[in-house]
Amino acid sequence: MKAFTRLFTRLDRTTRTSLKVEALEDYFRAAPPADSAWALWVLSGARVKRSVHTGRLREWVAEAAQIPLWLLEESYDAVGDLAETLALLLPEPPKADRDPPALHQVMDDWILPLRRRSDPEKKELLQEAWDRLEPQERLVFHKLITGGFRVGVGRKLVTRALASVVGMEPAVLAHRTTGRWEPTARDFLLITSPDADLPDPGQPYPFLLANPLENGPAELPGPPECWQVEWKWDGIRGQLILRDGEVLIWSRGEELVTPTFPEVAEGARILPSGTVLDGELLAWKGEGPLPFHQLQRRLGRKRVGRKLLDEVPVTFLAYDLLEQGGEDLREKPLKERRRRLEALFSQRNLESPTKVDPPGESRAGLPLALSPLVRVESWAAAAELRGRSRELRREGLMLKDRESAYGVGRIRGPWWKWKVDPLSLDGVLIYAQRGHGRRASLFTDYTFGVWDGDDLVPVGKAYSGLSDAEIREVDRWIRGHVVDRFGPVRAVEPGLVFELAFDGIRPSSRHRSGVALRFPRMARWRRDKPPSEADTLAGVLGLLQRMERDG
Amino acid sequence: MSTDLIRLDPCGLYVPAADIHVDPWRPVERAVITHAHGDHARRGSRQYLTSRRGQGVLRARMGTDARIETLDWGERLRVGDAILSLHPAGHILGSAQVRIEVGGEVWVVSGDYKLTSDPTTTPFEPVGCHVFISECTFGLPVYRWPDPKEVFESILEWWEENAASQRTSVLFGYSLGKAQRLLAGIHERTGRHGAPGPILVHGAVHRLLAPYREAGIALPEVEMANRSSAEQAGGRALVVAPPSAGGTSWIRAFSPSSTAFASGWMRLRGTRRRRGGDRGFVLSDHVDWDGLLNAVEATGAQRVGLTHGNTAAAARYLREDRAIDSWALPTRFQGEAGAETDDPEADDGGDTPRTDDSSPKGGAAT
Ligand SMILES: [Zn+2]
Repeated sequence: MKAFTRLFTRLDRTTRTSLKVEALEDYFRAAPPADSAWALWVLSGARVKRSVHTGRLREWVAEAAQIPLWLLEESYDAVGDLAETLALLLPEPPKADRDPPALHQVMDDWILPLRRRSDPEKKELLQEAWDRLEPQERLVFHKLITGGFRVGVGRKLVTRALASVVGMEPAVLAHRTTGRWEPTARDFLLITSPDADLPDPGQPYPFLLANPLENGPAELPGPPECWQVEWKWDGIRGQLILRDGEVLIWSRGEELVTPTFPEVAEGARILPSGTVLDGELLAWKGEGPLPFHQLQRRLGRKRVGRKLLDEVPVTFLAYDLLEQGGEDLREKPLKERRRRLEALFSQRNLESPTKVDPPGESRAGLPLALSPLVRVESWAAAAELRGRSRELRREGLMLKDRESAYGVGRIRGPWWKWKVDPLSLDGVLIYAQRGHGRRASLFTDYTFGVWDGDDLVPVGKAYSGLSDAEIREVDRWIRGHVVDRFGPVRAVEPGLVFELAFDGIRPSSRHRSGVALRFPRMARWRRDKPPSEADTLAGVLGLLQRMERDG
Repeated sequence: MSTDLIRLDPCGLYVPAADIHVDPWRPVERAVITHAHGDHARRGSRQYLTSRRGQGVLRARMGTDARIETLDWGERLRVGDAILSLHPAGHILGSAQVRIEVGGEVWVVSGDYKLTSDPTTTPFEPVGCHVFISECTFGLPVYRWPDPKEVFESILEWWEENAASQRTSVLFGYSLGKAQRLLAGIHERTGRHGAPGPILVHGAVHRLLAPYREAGIALPEVEMANRSSAEQAGGRALVVAPPSAGGTSWIRAFSPSSTAFASGWMRLRGTRRRRGGDRGFVLSDHVDWDGLLNAVEATGAQRVGLTHGNTAAAARYLREDRAIDSWALPTRFQGEAGAETDDPEADDGGDTPRTDDSSPKGGAAT
């Protein structure tokens, strides 16, 4: 726990990637496999099931700190991080010779058994742990108990550091650590030994992610012929795996979602074993895709009823072939992978990329289809097509380098997303809440409203889009203009207007306005506009109607 | 509060029996000043009363024209119907608590204070009273200060590490009080073991060293920090500068550097990462939670007024858990705990670029 806490502190202290990698390498070089396994597990974002109700945890810490619970909540409000608040509140540990156990012992002896204990036993166990841990170790301990372990390192960075320590290709290691493995010394040694033969058929490949194309395709190297153009679909990214007669669907969040999309899993059986497809899961009916909020009705379900299957059928639109006949194709150029993908689909009488301008919608409704290519003669023609994205319920275009390999993560170069320009409206800041992490003590989470008569009704929440200096300025303004408090939320006077960009708009019964914005973010601070000139609800509803009609 | 010894008027805390204000926000006839920080000592009043120890720093901030009278610790002065005296607060050099007695009733205004050790200031002395007006900048139980000894150990370790890799150590701390405390604390240790390199200071810090030396505080030899003194030190120097110097072109002269911030706000990870640069050292000149409770108890006060910080929470705690009649006094600069504007130790209100302490941004309640 000492070494792991030191790693946490080093990672937490810096924003420099090189120092983070150095800290990770130092840790993995020295740690025993049983500890490394857990470190890799939590740092790559895997969750440990929550073993104690945080409400209980707060009560017990308040009791140990001899303060009333409301004062703990006030403190949490100021600190912004529960694990840290609890660590700061607990009394100093006894000075006796204290030897904190190793990370894997903390997990195996304290955190994992917690789940099965009764409340009084949990309390006793926690007290034992607190007595043996330094304040900073307690913070890490609380992070492990409560889940959320974010220290500004992604899976990619962890993989990179570990790969260099064990002498493996980062891509190979990334593949092996994606998906199913257990945080044990045995599994850790297996995935980090370069020539291990891994039996698990279900591992997805790490996804290649696109970068946004800010200034249009003119900035890309090479003429349009060098680029494969596709629609950017408004669904969720998925990987379809067929190995050993088993069908698995993984989401980009590396969750196994096979039971959520039974029609896709069933339809995919037509493909041979040893096939891995990258593509998009989309709600699709008749002529085209349904709005994203329809697809949302299908998400997160372990079982899907007949009615919902009829109302919101889902299609997997494949756009890449990562494995064929058990062979990893990711090093092959995209044009080769695409050729094989098309051949595979036509061989199986699946949707073939026929005429796609306007996109061939007629074959849609199949549980498995090919994401068509968009053929453009020039970037100007592509721009024109992109302009129609919103009416076709698409997010824009994807531009992929035909010669590129399928890399790992968000690397610049091979894939670009050229999204349609966002919609926008001018909203008034009405509520504010403190942020978390780096901005925990600043008011950074804002709710915006539009006018409904003399009332401001909330239409969306946004967190980002302002510079640090602007955030501080808005924070100061908020503190001077609070009119009401509801727990952590502050209602403020209508005074500041922001232009909000968003990707869509949908009806919502949870919002008093009856609508909710999709992906709202602050495009700019309209210092020039008085609140009275912000947008109205009538205007927003009009926009929604137009979109429903056009879509 | 009409019969109270102290009441709030548009200029701040007012003592009717003596016709005098304590740390007024606006110019008044007569002002008692607890200490020389910008939001406690404002220019323009006709006459000032402060501690003898604090005279030098107050003069440095107020200019030569100001009329400043002084009292020794505990010296009693009759003003109108009141007896005034000043008692050490342990905040910065010469910082005082103000004791006011009228007809047998005693009120004490703490000003800013702390209970942790600091060689640059006379230690806080609890003064028995009926009503205690206390600062509450860090009035939440998450604020508990580590032993300054340990903090200075880590500052030195950090400096040594940097010096070994030829990276200048840039340490930010408020230019009046914190900077001198840092220098004195470092001097105590390097006097014995030798320093890893020379100590360079920013002009704003340099200006305020003389009153400390004149008061007999042991400070190390320092040079003005600039490009040539930094180059000469070859990355082994420690630069002490006010936070306002961070992010300016002045600071870039010391690159490559490691930056650190010494402040009570560094207790929180969020502020540490946001404001702390590479390192954050928890070193505060304000009272922490435990210190506040101890101080309140030591005064024996049955009523406690709180100013600055999360006053509502601390007042509620004193009422409900300590059975002390406690209330929150309005603070000049309204805000929530941790606000950038009332971030006493993170911000250096009225410091380097500003000589006019009445600047509206002086919200730094130091
Ligand atoms: Zn002060």
